[in-house]
Amino acid sequence: MARTVTTTRKSVNTILAWSIGLLIFFPILWTVLTSFKTEAQAVSDPPVWFFFDWTLDNYRTVLDRSDYSRFLWNSIFIAGGSTVLGLIIAVPAAWSMAFVPSNRTKDILLWMLSTKMLPAVGVIYPIYLIFIKMGLLDTRTGLVVILMLINLPIIIWMLYTYFKEIPGEILEAARMDGAGLRAEITYVLLPMALPGIASTALLNLILAWNEAFWTLNLTAAKAAPLTAFIASYSSPEGLFYAKLSAASTMAIAPILILGWFSQKQLVRGLTFGAVK
Amino acid sequence: MGRIVLKDVTKAFGEVTVIPPLNLTIEDGEFTVFVGPSGCGKSTLLRLIAGLEDVTSGRIEIDGVEATAAPPSKRGLAMVFQSYALYPHMTVRKNIAFPLRMAGMDKAEQDRRVAQAASVLNLTDYLDRRPGQLSGGQRQRVAIGRAIVREPSAFLFDEPLSNLDAALRVGMRLEISELHTRLKTTMVYVTHDQVEAMTMADKIVVLRAGHIEQVGAPLDLYRAPRNLFVAGFIGSPRMNFIAGAEAAKHNAHTIGIRPEHIAVSADAGEWSGVVGVSEHLGSDTFFHVHQTGLADVITVRADGEVGFRHGDRIHLTPRADVIHRFEETGLRIA
Repeated sequence: MARTVTTTRKSVNTILAWSIGLLIFFPILWTVLTSFKTEAQAVSDPPVWFFFDWTLDNYRTVLDRSDYSRFLWNSIFIAGGSTVLGLIIAVPAAWSMAFVPSNRTKDILLWMLSTKMLPAVGVIYPIYLIFIKMGLLDTRTGLVVILMLINLPIIIWMLYTYFKEIPGEILEAARMDGAGLRAEITYVLLPMALPGIASTALLNLILAWNEAFWTLNLTAAKAAPLTAFIASYSSPEGLFYAKLSAASTMAIAPILILGWFSQKQLVRGLTFGAVK
Repeated sequence: MGRIVLKDVTKAFGEVTVIPPLNLTIEDGEFTVFVGPSGCGKSTLLRLIAGLEDVTSGRIEIDGVEATAAPPSKRGLAMVFQSYALYPHMTVRKNIAFPLRMAGMDKAEQDRRVAQAASVLNLTDYLDRRPGQLSGGQRQRVAIGRAIVREPSAFLFDEPLSNLDAALRVGMRLEISELHTRLKTTMVYVTHDQVEAMTMADKIVVLRAGHIEQVGAPLDLYRAPRNLFVAGFIGSPRMNFIAGAEAAKHNAHTIGIRPEHIAVSADAGEWSGVVGVSEHLGSDTFFHVHQTGLADVITVRADGEVGFRHGDRIHLTPRADVIHRFEETGLRIA
């Protein structure tokens, strides 16, 4: 017997789905709304929703007070750089684990994942000292390297899963057709894994863009990305909510827009191979 | 040129030896078929020749040149896979041109060769499609096209027809044979289907558990199987084996007689039995005869018009000149 879905049940599900969606979206919506309020309205009780004097003053103040474009550029450089560098290292690593596995491959994969379970604060002291020694403190290069390293396990894991979906015989066919290792990866593996690689890159961009622990602790002025830009608007006293919201909105807008336009790709990538 | 020589080649996966020391020479231009039940190591042997697996010990020579350690791309061989293994993101044209592109051939020559291969294989109209838009038979032809453009010294086929339906399989079998006649290039073909082996091969290599049981022309294997295994494997339906007193009469431990070498009669014959299942193919009828006192079942081939029914008692007479005799170890008595 086919399962019957009643109209009532459908509408209940729809309402439930929308409620959860709105709940998740609410903090972002509230931040954006607050960024257009005056500081007084931002903290008013009861809160005002849509009927307030919409103003761009906060944005003007924030742009006047700090160099948004410098922070933005740092964010782009760090997130983009760590993603590209991560992929360059992860593609061969995932290739070897997916297509020429050894007895230890599973252990290595698990070990890599386990490094993600270590609290970052646990290694801040050695890393900080290493950064000082190597002169990497407050440099974009330093952040590119550290963010690449912390996300590398995830990149390798994701690529490994996508590569596993590709039949080994196709790569063997390439070898028989005269392709060396480089040609095999460039002309056959990468084009076939492109959806997976794109979503891996996207996820890593988002992770790196939003990373706050290392970016706040290892930068001062020169290399500070947008996370530091937001943090600079929170202060222990005075009214700052509206300006903080404006800064936050400006910080998340680029990645939000990128995510919006590529959500189809992202979903396809994350569910790749689930349904044949 | 494409003479392939295997000298004392072995292959082990961990503790498991798949190929014990094996020697084989495949002559230039020969159509050699590796045949055997699944798990006999025939595909592994082909992959060793291809270079897709490393030999554990021994030596492989291609055209007199040591190739044991050469990567697949340097061996000058082309391979057609069971799954076709086409590049799904490339058009048929690009698929076929891929080996030429890897060889760094100039674009005009690539186009010329692709067009030529496409016309041979009736693929001209499909050159701009992708593999996903083709039928199984067309995909198989693309895989063959990709193999022939490069003019390799030998072709390796790994059960290329097993994913096709019966009618297409017969068609492709003829096409591959035709291709071999035209190109005169060495072909090594792996199959578990003995009909493919019998019809296509110049030389059949029968394998069991990595061992070569017999090497020879199809009819030599049919007429003079070296042992019980080959006798049972080559020929369809399979040879009847009879042990005991009847075999002793022929001074053998076991005798073998093919279903097509037994005459059937309603009234008289050397042996008798009761008809069980009969398979009517139109041209022929196969009777499975029980209660003969010789073996559980004796299969006989009769003309398509012979109409015994289930339960009928019939008489059988083997042709004396084609009775195969085997000793206790299973080896043929000459």
